[in-house]
Amino acid sequence: MSLFNSSKSRTLLSVLCSLLMGLLAIPALAGGEVNIYSARKEDLIKPLLDDFSKQTGITINLVTGKEAELLQRLQSEGINTPADLLLTSDAGRLAAARQAGVLQTIHSAALEKHIPSAYRDPEGYWYGLSVRARPIIYAKDRVKPGELSTYENLAASDWKGKICVRSSDSIYNQSLVAGMIAHHGEAKTEAWAKGLVANFARSPKGGDRDQIKAVAAGECDLTLANTYYLGGMVTSSDQTEQAAAAQVAVFWPNATTTGVHVNISGAGVTAHAKNRDNAVKLLEFLTDDKAQRWYADVNNEYPVNPAIPPSATLKAWGEFKADTLNVAKLGELNAEAVKLMDRAGWK
Amino acid sequence: MEVDPSAPPCPYSQSFSQSKRDIEPLSLSRRAKSTWIGARGFDRWTLLVVGVALLLALPVFAVFFTALQPAGDVWRHLVDTVLADYVLNSVALMLGVGLGTLIIGAPTAWLTAICEFPGRRWFEWALLLPMAIPAYIIAYTYTGLLDFAGPVQTLLRETFGWSRQDYAFPEIRSLPGAVLMLALVLYPYVYLLARAAFLEQSAAVLEVSRSLGAGPWRRFLAVTLPLARPALIAGMSLVQMEALADYGAVQYFGISTFTTGIFRVWFGMNDPTAAAQLAALLLLFVFTLLVLERLSRRQARFHHTGQRTQRPLRLQLTGRWQWLATGTCLLPLLFGFLIPAGQLAVWTWRTAPKVIDDRFLELTSHSLLLASGSALLILLLALLLGYGQRLQPRPMVQLAVRGAGLGYAAPGAVLAIGVMLPFAAIDRTVDGWAREWLGLSTGLLLSGTLFAMLFAYCTQFLPVALHSVEAGLTRIRPSMDDAARTLGAKPRQVLWRVHIPILRSSLLTALLMVFVDVLKELPATLILRPFNFNTLAVRAYELASDERLADSASFALAIVLAGIGPVILLSRAISRARSGYDPLS
Amino acid sequence: MTPFLELCDLDVAYPPRKVIREVSLTLHCAGIGCLLGPSGCGKTTLLRAIAGFEPLQRGSIRLEGIELSRPGWTLPPEQRRIGMMFQDLALFPHLTVSDNIAFGLRGWKATERRARVDELLRLVSLEEFAKRHPHQISGGQQQRVALARALAPRPRLLLLDEPFSSLDVSLREDLAREVRTILLREGTGGLLVSHDQFEAFTFADEIGVLDTGWLRQWDSAYNLYHQPANRFVASFIGQGVLLAGRIGENGQANTELGDIEGESPAGCVAGDDVEILVRPDDVIHDDASPLKAEVAERAFRGAEFLYTLNLPSGARLLCLAPSHHNHALGQQIGIRLDIDHVVMFRRNWSVNCVER
Repeated sequence: MSLFNSSKSRTLLSVLCSLLMGLLAIPALAGGEVNIYSARKEDLIKPLLDDFSKQTGITINLVTGKEAELLQRLQSEGINTPADLLLTSDAGRLAAARQAGVLQTIHSAALEKHIPSAYRDPEGYWYGLSVRARPIIYAKDRVKPGELSTYENLAASDWKGKICVRSSDSIYNQSLVAGMIAHHGEAKTEAWAKGLVANFARSPKGGDRDQIKAVAAGECDLTLANTYYLGGMVTSSDQTEQAAAAQVAVFWPNATTTGVHVNISGAGVTAHAKNRDNAVKLLEFLTDDKAQRWYADVNNEYPVNPAIPPSATLKAWGEFKADTLNVAKLGELNAEAVKLMDRAGWK
Repeated sequence: MEVDPSAPPCPYSQSFSQSKRDIEPLSLSRRAKSTWIGARGFDRWTLLVVGVALLLALPVFAVFFTALQPAGDVWRHLVDTVLADYVLNSVALMLGVGLGTLIIGAPTAWLTAICEFPGRRWFEWALLLPMAIPAYIIAYTYTGLLDFAGPVQTLLRETFGWSRQDYAFPEIRSLPGAVLMLALVLYPYVYLLARAAFLEQSAAVLEVSRSLGAGPWRRFLAVTLPLARPALIAGMSLVQMEALADYGAVQYFGISTFTTGIFRVWFGMNDPTAAAQLAALLLLFVFTLLVLERLSRRQARFHHTGQRTQRPLRLQLTGRWQWLATGTCLLPLLFGFLIPAGQLAVWTWRTAPKVIDDRFLELTSHSLLLASGSALLILLLALLLGYGQRLQPRPMVQLAVRGAGLGYAAPGAVLAIGVMLPFAAIDRTVDGWAREWLGLSTGLLLSGTLFAMLFAYCTQFLPVALHSVEAGLTRIRPSMDDAARTLGAKPRQVLWRVHIPILRSSLLTALLMVFVDVLKELPATLILRPFNFNTLAVRAYELASDERLADSASFALAIVLAGIGPVILLSRAISRARSGYDPLS
Repeated sequence: MTPFLELCDLDVAYPPRKVIREVSLTLHCAGIGCLLGPSGCGKTTLLRAIAGFEPLQRGSIRLEGIELSRPGWTLPPEQRRIGMMFQDLALFPHLTVSDNIAFGLRGWKATERRARVDELLRLVSLEEFAKRHPHQISGGQQQRVALARALAPRPRLLLLDEPFSSLDVSLREDLAREVRTILLREGTGGLLVSHDQFEAFTFADEIGVLDTGWLRQWDSAYNLYHQPANRFVASFIGQGVLLAGRIGENGQANTELGDIEGESPAGCVAGDDVEILVRPDDVIHDDASPLKAEVAERAFRGAEFLYTLNLPSGARLLCLAPSHHNHALGQQIGIRLDIDHVVMFRRNWSVNCVER
């Protein structure tokens, strides 16, 4: 090619190549490390991971992404995957990962001690690291707690035009519906979903915080949101967020029936992990006192370790009865849930 | 040399043949056969072009391949419930954005190309600035501004004492809203192409229409606009593909389009096959559009056949027309750039101390390096394909080059998966061989490396560069090549001494456009990036999708700032090519 | 003396179509020739073959005795030292006029190059435009730049591909003459391609008439006009009609305009049908003549009228008459034939004609 024969082009090309080579070498391999594929955002776990590195001297390499994409990546990488640990923000995904065969069982006394059985895989494929609930969040000035009772009641026509909920794309809503299917079966859940959709004040848009802000601003009266979002708003440095959080309150539904829908963020060791032991060490670290306290105080999540109390903000919301359904079930029913939501017109 | 007695005596001077400049022209070496001259069989160029094009089309093939496997009853479910929505919304989005960018891009292009009014010089390049803002960023920003709980509505409510039922404020998070957002950041493409077309129109045509009594408005509608039609259509099709492939903004607004549907089926229903099928449908649709666009453009010739094209005198606007013009140009700039950037700046100001640290600098350098590296690489590939097409304009090569452009139509995430699957398969195969024959594991060679990411970028953004390179190449007429060769230049010297100087502005345009595109790129980067590697876009997205809009602002602002420079350079390069010399003489 | 440019039995094809067939011509000692023909006849292809852009399927091209092309081997254009002027001029838009001219002088010493560029600028009278760009000068000036550029490296032969067609008529003739003078002075051979015969007549010494790839005749302008070798050349060059006639007893041709003495085509005997070329200037307006023809059309040409006449048999004839003979349409006027060079073609192969 004439272009590549000119000396000027040749120098340019070699510079480019060395630049590329330099960049390509970035995934450097050092000794004593753990490679993590995390669906949890970096901010939410980086400090913990840095702490671990400092304490043990093990390097942590992190890639964040969406769960399903990470799962796909794990699957296609097969034996040669560099990942040792898969971190997700939802139990359903962990169950899906197990089903896809990309996780391996590990048994650790520490893990089994720190984590209640409802929050880990029965066979040790994955372990919950923190808990979050999805209660009803309502406007203090417009709704009386006495009017609220259960999730199922939200489909009643009294609430017409008063409910804001996030899109059915959200894994949290999908798990909620999956949980309902597990308890009530598809037919009843579909009827409920249709009723809920009929009560929407607006077409689903935005994330959980947006729903809370909408409730505070008066666009709707109640919503369903994860506890750490509200917790984050209460402790936020943004004045507007704090103000909005002050105008809403938490109601724990299903106190006398199935309990509040809960979910976990968790992790599993990958089937072909090269640094298995280090991964297990990290897991144990994450369920240990210090890390769990961080989850509680900084992230506003419920620690999975029952020995650690939740933060003051969360404590202020009171105790609640949690759904005892094993969160693994949420993953199994996820596909059904999505189809059901489509049928109900939940956008 | 015999003397032919019957030949007439030569009346002219004979001394010429003894001239000192008699180079030895007769290298009778058999290797003097040039490949420029009709090698009708398979030659280097054809093989190269087809090879590269096949490689770049690999992700698309992978998607189609995956789509060929039988899917479950997902399709029935889709058809029953949401497929109609996907189709309608996607089509509406496309048409809306196409129309929107036309309405914004064409008049502003005409004004800055043909007329003279206050601020014209400044608007010429400033109107390109919205290109630096990613669509999802502007969506988040305007949502923050205009939503129920946002400052604008809150102010309204406070001022007038209204509550929710008392007034109707247009919902920004809707299909029209999404159309507006996308139109605001995508119109620069139409603007660029339209402006180039208007500038190229010869004065003679305009003057003739003027002499026939057509006022400026009628001239615009009946002459200028139709002549610029190929450029406008090209710009609109580019924009429509971007709109179809957008995920971030559309998903945030809650619009179900084909693209969001693909993600949903894939992740929500965990059915990659059905998702791939949806993606394949989308690709087919876009491909059809592209073909139609090509056909409609076939009549147009890029190089003028007329004589010299004198630059038309600018139409000096007076009185209220001046201010109307300034206003028309100011609006897109205001809403597409100044307001969003301003909001980002405000948020950054509030959160900067918390957010900006060493990691921020690292991210910035990653983003910049990646963008510049990819831009160079993609430019080289575009040149390769462009030249291959020029030298061997046979149907197979043309088809191959078109095929290489398919990647642009695919959503980034779809492409990323299309890259991941074959790479992983290759890695597995090679590793398998290595284990069997050499007893060691080669591990992952391709997956999870920067190479995979770059490959996805090439697939996605090559058409952008190729478009510019092609446009530049069509301005170089074959007769110039021939002229240079008769003057003693070897083929590679023709390239260096004639093509590159003339192409310079097209090359620069291509470089800058790809740079900005890679800087903003999100989905493919998210999926394919290696360990410990993040970019500004990834970070901004993570924070924004975690509803920490204010925190994400500094990263978003960094992207915008990093993009402004290239965008301005781009505009300069284009206008210089116009005023410097007319490459059509 | 070796012919300057020699084309032997050339075949050029774009497979499967043959564009140039069996063309042979010779240009002697740096002369100036022209390839003439209607569009599509292949003249540009032939020119490009000489320049080295098209390969040959058969035959050979030689310049000053040295072979440039033959089937399977073509010397690259950049090594031939053949200059070329293009129809669209192909000036390099990114270079100034003097840089354009200097383009072909790559290997020269700087002083020599400057001198040569100045020389050429003087030659084409463009000294004050040296620093301009091509789009800043007029069409005619661009032509001169193209000429200067092509001549700069002292080519042995200059090929011109209808370079004057985009200029207005008066400019065209002047420029053509100017180019010819320059070529003669520099001792450079020239080969023009044109569809305009008057341009050919002005410019060239020898002209080849091409018809769909065949070279019908290669001769001087005068001979082409007065002694066309075949029907195509006869109808292409100049104006005229072919008048039907029959060979009589004495070898002359009997036509409705009288008997014409002349050499009958080979193989024709008495009774054969022939056609005689009758040019407008061969038809004399003579009121005294018993032959009458009706004026069907007329065109005022300044000094003359070109009348189109209808003969009683229905055949048409062209007549060039001094314009003070102003006849109206439909009028009958007297004419007679006065042909200096009689050109006869066999009409069709009749059974009576025997080939010898």
